[in-house]
Amino acid sequence: MRLPELDAVLADINRIILGKERPIRLALACLLARGHLLIEDLPGVGKTTLAHVLSKVLGLEFQRIQFTSDMLPADILGVSIFDRGSGAFHFHPGPIFTQVVLADEINRATPKAQSALLEAMEERQVTAEGKTRPLPDPFFVIATQNPAHQIGTFPLPESQLDRFLLKIELGYPDPAAERELLAGADRQKMVAELAARIAAPRLVELQQAVRSIHAAPALIDYVQALAAHTRTAPRWQAGLSPRACLALLAVARAWAMLDGRDHVMPEDVQAVLPGVIAHRLRPVDDVARSDPEAVAAALIEAVPLP
Amino acid sequence: MSRVNRPVSTRQAWWLLAGALAAALPLVQQVPVWLAAAAAAAFAWRAALTWRQWHLPPRWLLVLLVIAGTAGVVMQYRSIVGRTPGIALLVVFLALKLLELRAARDAIVTALLCYFLVLGQFLFTQTIPTALLSCLTVLITTATMLAASDDRPAPLLQLRRAALMLAQAMPFMLLLFILFPRVQGPLWGLPQDRYTATSGISETMSPGSIAQLSQSDAIAFRVQFAGQVPPQSQLYWRGPVMPAFDGRTWSIRQILAAYSELPYAVQGEPIDYDLTLEPNGKFWLFALEMPGSLPPDGALTSDYQPISRQIVRNRLRYTQRAYPASQAGIDESRAMLRESLALPSGGNPRTRALGAEWRNRHGDDGAAILATAQDFFNRQLLIYTLNPPLLGPDMVDEFLFESKRGFCEHFAAAFVYALRAAGVPARVVAGYQGGEVNPVDGYLEVRQYDAHAWTEAWIAGRGWVRIDPTAISAPSRINSNLAAAVPAGEALPFLARTDLAWVRELRYRLDAVTNGWNQWVLGYNPQKQRDFLSSLGFGEPDWRSMTAALAVLCGFVLLGLTAWVLRNRRRTDPAFAAWRRFTGRLAARGTVWRNWEGPLAFAERAAAASPAHATAIRDIAALYARLRYAPAPRREDLERLRRQVADFRP
Repeated sequence: MRLPELDAVLADINRIILGKERPIRLALACLLARGHLLIEDLPGVGKTTLAHVLSKVLGLEFQRIQFTSDMLPADILGVSIFDRGSGAFHFHPGPIFTQVVLADEINRATPKAQSALLEAMEERQVTAEGKTRPLPDPFFVIATQNPAHQIGTFPLPESQLDRFLLKIELGYPDPAAERELLAGADRQKMVAELAARIAAPRLVELQQAVRSIHAAPALIDYVQALAAHTRTAPRWQAGLSPRACLALLAVARAWAMLDGRDHVMPEDVQAVLPGVIAHRLRPVDDVARSDPEAVAAALIEAVPLP
Repeated sequence: MSRVNRPVSTRQAWWLLAGALAAALPLVQQVPVWLAAAAAAAFAWRAALTWRQWHLPPRWLLVLLVIAGTAGVVMQYRSIVGRTPGIALLVVFLALKLLELRAARDAIVTALLCYFLVLGQFLFTQTIPTALLSCLTVLITTATMLAASDDRPAPLLQLRRAALMLAQAMPFMLLLFILFPRVQGPLWGLPQDRYTATSGISETMSPGSIAQLSQSDAIAFRVQFAGQVPPQSQLYWRGPVMPAFDGRTWSIRQILAAYSELPYAVQGEPIDYDLTLEPNGKFWLFALEMPGSLPPDGALTSDYQPISRQIVRNRLRYTQRAYPASQAGIDESRAMLRESLALPSGGNPRTRALGAEWRNRHGDDGAAILATAQDFFNRQLLIYTLNPPLLGPDMVDEFLFESKRGFCEHFAAAFVYALRAAGVPARVVAGYQGGEVNPVDGYLEVRQYDAHAWTEAWIAGRGWVRIDPTAISAPSRINSNLAAAVPAGEALPFLARTDLAWVRELRYRLDAVTNGWNQWVLGYNPQKQRDFLSSLGFGEPDWRSMTAALAVLCGFVLLGLTAWVLRNRRRTDPAFAAWRRFTGRLAARGTVWRNWEGPLAFAERAAAASPAHATAIRDIAALYARLRYAPAPRREDLERLRRQVADFRP
């Protein structure tokens, strides 16, 4: 039951962003699992392009919000302005009222502005001026942040980080991919020429299909064993929460769907584990930041398949 | 660093302190005050060491402290052998060991010392509260042991694990308790220190000695009747008989001649009962009048008091039979009768005159004199009280004619004196009268405040006849109990009071539990063990069959516990078994399956390593993956997997 449309989506994106198959696949899995994505990386590695391309091929509306330190919640959510003609206040929806939001450099903004976005993400609605307005469906936030050690950042607290289903890094492309990029056609033009592969309603269908991907008892045992290990082994500061386990299972389901399977395999769990635990699990000996891939590998090798 | 040399962590130190406290606290009463204070100081020092992360005291200081502590114990007790000095020494060691926690090895030694101290408690008391307390201590100490090997789990989890371990040990404990061949004697007896002053009826009786006992509600003995409990007025528990009188004090005969068979013929209906005697520090046993059987390992004195061959220092249970209607001593020896007529020279002129007058009136007719005496006591309107006035040298006169207020010893003494003055042989009998049936377990409980004194007079042709002069003046003492007989407002032991119904109810329950504990746990001797095992169908068990049964049953418990532990383990899935066979074959070829590796990922790796079998490997892995992880696995797939694995020859 391979889904050619998803393969086509991936192919389209991979044509524009070169050499990043895995992060791109994870980003799509995150979207299919109805989660939000956090990308932590240096400027210029293609974060914006990824968001742009993703919304384009999926036929979604796209808005970009550049976070700055003087940003206010109204700049994100929208504001009511007095209309002299009608003699009443009119709500002007903010940039968040769209299907794909790219929240760029989210850790440059103050916690107040950050939390306005994060609350909207969590509840999928905006309450302003006493009125609750639902956000469109699908609704997908791709937030990017600069590595925490950069100057002028407000790091997101762990509770806020937990609202992102996945955290990925794009990283520099390898030399071959970079060469192809430099020699190839203009990316902006390519993006503009992209056609939608799926429409929004189909995406909602797929999102629902993800939830019915089968997770066998043996697999759920495995997820539990992983969580149990993080809770008892002395290596970790705090174990994975039940919410983290749900996230792990949700992304693993989407990953299985991208692989064209109707059931989740331990390989799926292992493949998405780095993204799920990157912002949730801290090793005790973590000094600044450790490589999530290495952390996940250590966890995987410590837990036998049940 | 090896395991035993790991340093002790802060958490482990706290655990050890808790365990040591739990083990040492119950012994606070047993050790001298200076030692308790010193141990407390050492514990506080340990707490400060842990709290402030100070350095451990230097070794020379510890050596000095050990020497000082040992010297203190030796000076206190003049010995280091025996129960109390031994325990005191252990407390010294425990307190100082806490100051020497360098490595895991020290932690384990400390925990073991704690276990030892728990045993030490039982050398002093073996009551239910002690047992419960020691369970708690063992729990904490076991948790300490667990913490000594892994201090990461939270304290509550540690305690829970310890509780689980102890619960698993429980069946073994029960089996060992029931089946381990018993030796005669108490489980916790020690040759020394065992004798402690116990209250109870003594060899002598002077005014106030029994009244003093009436303030104690300690149990003297418990009785289980085979049939109906006889009426209260028949429950005379015969104890020491006191024929000798020096003008103030009655005492037993110095030389006790003992019968090893009944010296009289029994008559009437027997009453059968089991009596559980609390230790009394004397030779005597108690029996319902008149004893119809000799107690095992005991005898009957020439004045019909049952006695034991050894001092009763441990709880004793014996079966007895009584014949209340028996007549004893019809042909009593002249020496005995002469003894029962002796009066000190001088004193009590009025009573002597009264006796002489009775003698003149009735001559040798003992029965008539007895009737007259009873009548006289009745007409004197004597008052039964716990607080009689102090009496001077002529105490019988003073009691009978002036104060007229007395407790049972006054009544008995005066009655015997008057009869002797009239030439009728008489003597005082001490013992217990009455008792109370505990409605919870049906045992009759006889307490110290049931202590009583009555009299026996010798009448020609009838032998010794019991007369209770107290009953003449205060019949309610005999028919109901002490509380009914003494005037309202006199101080009674709390439990003898009848006005607090719920207290009595509670007390009955507590007594029943204590009795059950005494009978079945502490009193589980070789005899009980044999009886109990035969009732289970063991036939006539000897130590060999008991040991064999013990081994077999322990084996069964072990199996059961193992099954219980393995219960949560996944049964080896048949698909997984096939997978293991498959991976085993590949491992022989150099591609080892790592137990965290997904089957599909492994298949890719193995296929790359042996491309010749790539298809077979991928097929098998896919089948296995489907069986384990796909919805609704099919049986045919399992068969196919087995077949393919069987055919797989890399």
